[in-house]
Amino acid sequence: MANYTFKDFKSDQEIRWCPGCGDFSVLAALQRTLPRVCEEKGIEKDKIVVVSGIGCSSRLPYYMDTYGFHSIHGRATAIATGIKVANPELSVWQVSGDGDALAIGGNHFIHAIRRNIDINLMLFNNRIYGMTKGQYSPTSRLGTVTKTSPYGTVESPFNPGSLVLGAKGTFFARSIDTELALNQEIMLAASRHAGTSVMEFLTNCMIFNNGSHAEISDKAVKADRTIVLRDGEKMIFGRNHDKGIALDGWKLKVVTLGEDGVTEDDILTHDSHSDNLGLQTMLAEMKWPEFPVALGVIRQVPAPTYDSEVARQVDEVKSKARIHSMEELLHSGSTWELK
Amino acid sequence: MQHRVIDATDVVIRFAGDSGDGMQLTGTLFANLSAVYGNGLSTFPDYPAEIRAPKGTVAGVSGFQVHIGRHKVNTPGDFCDMLVAMNPAALKANAKWLKRNATVLVNEDAFDDSGLDKAGFKGNPFEELHIEDRNIIVAPITKLTEASLKDSGLDLPSIHKCKNMFTLGMACFIYNRPLDYVYTYLEGRFRKKHPEMIEPNRKVVQDGFNYAANIQAVADTYSVTPDIEEKGLYRNITGNQALAWGLMAASEKSGRSLFCGSYPITPATAILEELAIYKNLGVKTMQTEDEIAGICCAIGASFAGSLAVTTTSGPGLSLKSEALGLAVMTELPLVVVDVQRAGPCTGMPTKTEQTDLNEALYGRNGESPLVVVAAHSPAHCFDAAFTASKIALEHMTPVLLLSEGFLGNGSEPWKIPYMDDYPEIKPRLAVADGAKFQPYRRDPETLARQWAPAGTPGLEHRVGGLEKTHEGVLSTDPDNHALMVEERAEKVARVAADIPDLVVDGPESGDVLLAGWGGTLGHILTAQQELAAEGKTVSRIHFDFISPLPSNTREVFSRFRRIVVCELNNGQFAGYLRTKFPEFDYISCTKVQGQVFLVKDILEAVNKEMSQE
Repeated sequence: MANYTFKDFKSDQEIRWCPGCGDFSVLAALQRTLPRVCEEKGIEKDKIVVVSGIGCSSRLPYYMDTYGFHSIHGRATAIATGIKVANPELSVWQVSGDGDALAIGGNHFIHAIRRNIDINLMLFNNRIYGMTKGQYSPTSRLGTVTKTSPYGTVESPFNPGSLVLGAKGTFFARSIDTELALNQEIMLAASRHAGTSVMEFLTNCMIFNNGSHAEISDKAVKADRTIVLRDGEKMIFGRNHDKGIALDGWKLKVVTLGEDGVTEDDILTHDSHSDNLGLQTMLAEMKWPEFPVALGVIRQVPAPTYDSEVARQVDEVKSKARIHSMEELLHSGSTWELK
Repeated sequence: MQHRVIDATDVVIRFAGDSGDGMQLTGTLFANLSAVYGNGLSTFPDYPAEIRAPKGTVAGVSGFQVHIGRHKVNTPGDFCDMLVAMNPAALKANAKWLKRNATVLVNEDAFDDSGLDKAGFKGNPFEELHIEDRNIIVAPITKLTEASLKDSGLDLPSIHKCKNMFTLGMACFIYNRPLDYVYTYLEGRFRKKHPEMIEPNRKVVQDGFNYAANIQAVADTYSVTPDIEEKGLYRNITGNQALAWGLMAASEKSGRSLFCGSYPITPATAILEELAIYKNLGVKTMQTEDEIAGICCAIGASFAGSLAVTTTSGPGLSLKSEALGLAVMTELPLVVVDVQRAGPCTGMPTKTEQTDLNEALYGRNGESPLVVVAAHSPAHCFDAAFTASKIALEHMTPVLLLSEGFLGNGSEPWKIPYMDDYPEIKPRLAVADGAKFQPYRRDPETLARQWAPAGTPGLEHRVGGLEKTHEGVLSTDPDNHALMVEERAEKVARVAADIPDLVVDGPESGDVLLAGWGGTLGHILTAQQELAAEGKTVSRIHFDFISPLPSNTREVFSRFRRIVVCELNNGQFAGYLRTKFPEFDYISCTKVQGQVFLVKDILEAVNKEMSQE
C-alpha cells in the first residue's frame, strides 16, 4: 500500500476561492487527514470519492486528486448515497454549504441521517449565499440584512446540530475553519465512524459575511466563548480554565470553579459514545452569550448502516435462493408448453 | 341441461365491480388460466386512482378486460362479448363497451334500491341504458355465495369476499375454461398463511361453475380453441415485470450489477417492487425520499460502476429533469424509465397516454440530447429495457425508455427467450495505462467517452455539471463549449448505427403508410388487418427508436404519398417528424382521453383520409 502525504491529494487545478476564504483551511485539513484515513483503512487513494453540490465550497472536489463528483444544487447527499450503496468499499466524503445541505437539499440531508448511510458529510456553514453574491441562508441569524433581506430576515435559522440530532443522527461534530488540528481530529473520527458523520465547519466568507463567527472565534475571546469537548474530559473552558458546564435540573448552566462551592465534581464529563441524545442535543444547542459554543465530536454512537444492511440482505437472499441466473428465472414459476 | 357450444375465434370479457369487489384478481385469473390453456391473450386493467372510492358509485368502478383468441391477439379489444357487472355502477360505467349481441352478467343482490340510487338509476337500469335487448343473466351472486359457504365457518364479511370466485366459476363455465389453474393458484396463494381459505374458495368457484351449468339464462357457451402458430415454452407477463426482467438481463450480460433508485408512483411502482425481489441476482434497490433522490442515487451508482436505473411516471420525470441534464453532462450510463400516464401534472394517474414524448425529447435546460426508445407491448418491455441498457452502457449516455400504463399493467403470453440469443453488452470501461485519465476523450467512431468507475486503480478524475474540456478541466471557452455541445449531440446521433432499420409491414411503397410508436402497435396492426379484409391495402411501420430515429426513416417515408401518424397525444411524434423531415405530408390520428385507441378510431381516420383523393 502506498504511503501518502497531503501532496498526493492535491490536484493540479488552480484554486479559485477568494483570498482569505475559510474553505482553504478545511481543504488543507482534509488533504492532511486522508493519508491517515488510507493507512487506517488499508486502502489506496482510488477508493476515496469526494462529492459536492453547488456553491463556493462545492468546488472542493476539483482541488482533490481523488475521484470527484461536482453535482447539482442540493443533491450531493443523494449522489453520495448512491455511490456508497453501489460500492460500500469506497470512502465517501461529501462537501456541502449551508444552502446546499439545509435549504435546497434539506430533504436528502435528513433522510441520509435517518438511513445512517456511511458517508462523511462536511457542512461548510458560513451563514450566507456566497456564490450568488450575498443572500441570506437557512443558517443566517434572525434579522440578518442581505440583498434579499434589505430590512433584515424574518425567519429563524436552523442549528445544523439540532437538525442532525433531531433526526437521530449517529455522529455530529463541530469546528471552526481555522482550527487545523481539531479539524483533522474530527475528520479522522468521522472516517472511523460507520454511519452518516456530519461535521459542521463554521467558515468565514470574506466578501459577503466577513466575521460570520468572529464573535466566538476571535483569538481574544475564543477561549471564553467556545468549549472543545473531548471524551472522558471535564467540560471546562475559559482562558483561566475556571468555567464549566453543569446540570441545573433538566437544563445546562455555566458554573465557575470555586464560586458557590462549585468543584470539578459538579462539572459534566463528556461522553460522545453514550446514547444520551438529550444531553448531546443540549450541548449542540449551546449558544453564546449564554453558553460557550461546543466544538469537537459531540455525538458518535454505533448503529447499523444502510449500505451494509443492503449488502447483507443481498448476501442472505443469494445464499438462500434457488435462482441464480436469468435463464433459471425465465423458466421458473408458472409456464406452459405449446406443442 | 344441454348447452350449445359455439366455436369462437376470439372473445372479449370485461369484469367490472366496486374497487373492493376483487375484479382485478378475477380478470387476472381468467387471463392466466386462458394463457395456460394456450390462447392468445391481451389484458387491460382500467381502475380508479382511489384504493376504495365511495362504495357503489360510478367513480369507484374497477374494470379488467381480457381478450382471448384462438391465435395471437394484439389488443385488449374495443368492445366486449360479455360484461360482468357486480353492481349497478359497474353496469352504468361499462354499458357503452357492449357489443350488439353481448352477454351481461349482473349480481342481482347489488341491484337493490340503494345500489341503483348510488349509480344514479331512476328505474330499470337496462332500459335506461338501452341494453334491454342484450342477453342479460341476472344471478343472486351474493346470496348464492352465502349459501355455498354457510357451513364453512367463515364470518359474513369473509364469505362476501369470495363472491368474485363465484363469478369466476360462472365465467369459466360460459367460456368452457378448465378450473385446474384456479385450484393451483388458490393452493399457492393460501397454503402458507391461510390454508383454511383454500377449500371455501375452491367450493365457491365450483358452485359458480355448476350454477351456470344449471340455469336457463345460460343458453349458449363459447369455446375458443387455441391454435397458436409459434410452439414453445410460454409464460404470462405484465409490461412492468418484463421491463424489470429486461434490466436484470442486461445486468447479467454486461457484468455490471443493477442499481435502481426510485420513488413509488403510479403506474411505474411495480417495476421497483419487482426489482426489489431479486437480491439473489445482485439487484440493489433504493426507495428514495423523492424522485430527485431516485435519479441522483442512480447517477451516483453509475459513477461507482453500476448499471443504474430510475423508474417513474410523468410528474416524476418532470422532477428528474435537472438531474437528467447532469447525466447528459457527465456522460454517464443511465436508464430512465417513464411509464406514461395521463397528464399534465397529476392528471389521471391510472389512465394511459403517450403525452410525455416532448418532455422526453426536450424537457431539459440547454442543448441536452439523449437517447429515447419506446416499448410496444407488455412482453416487448423486456427487449426494450435490455436494449436501453445496452445503448446506455456502450454509448455512455442516459437513455429514456418510454413505457405506458397500458403496457405496464397489461399482460400477454410471452414465448420465453434464451439468454444466449441476446447480444453481449460491452461497457466502455477504461483501463489504466499510466497516463493521466482524460474523462471526456472520445472514441473516434461512436464519440462515447470511457467509463472509469470510482475505485478503479489509477484513474482518479472529476466529473460534474460544469462544462469541461476533453481533459476534464473546467472551461468557459466559447469554442470548447460549442465543440462539446456538438459532440454530445453527434454521439447520440451515432447511436443510429446500432439500431435496426425500419421494416415496412405490407407493400414497400404506396399511398398510405400507417406510422406509430409505443403501445399503439397492436391497435394499428389490427386496423391494418381489418382494412385489408375490406380490400384496402395500407402499409405500416412502428418506431421502437425515437431519438435517434432509424437510419432509413427518410428513405421509407419517401416511398409513400401520405403518412398517418397514430398516437395517444395531440400529435407530438408527428410534430417531431415534421421538424426532422419537413418534406413529407403527415396526417395525425390522435386521441387524448386517458384510454387506448379503439381499432375503429384508426379505421375511421384512414377511411376518411383515403376518401379524400
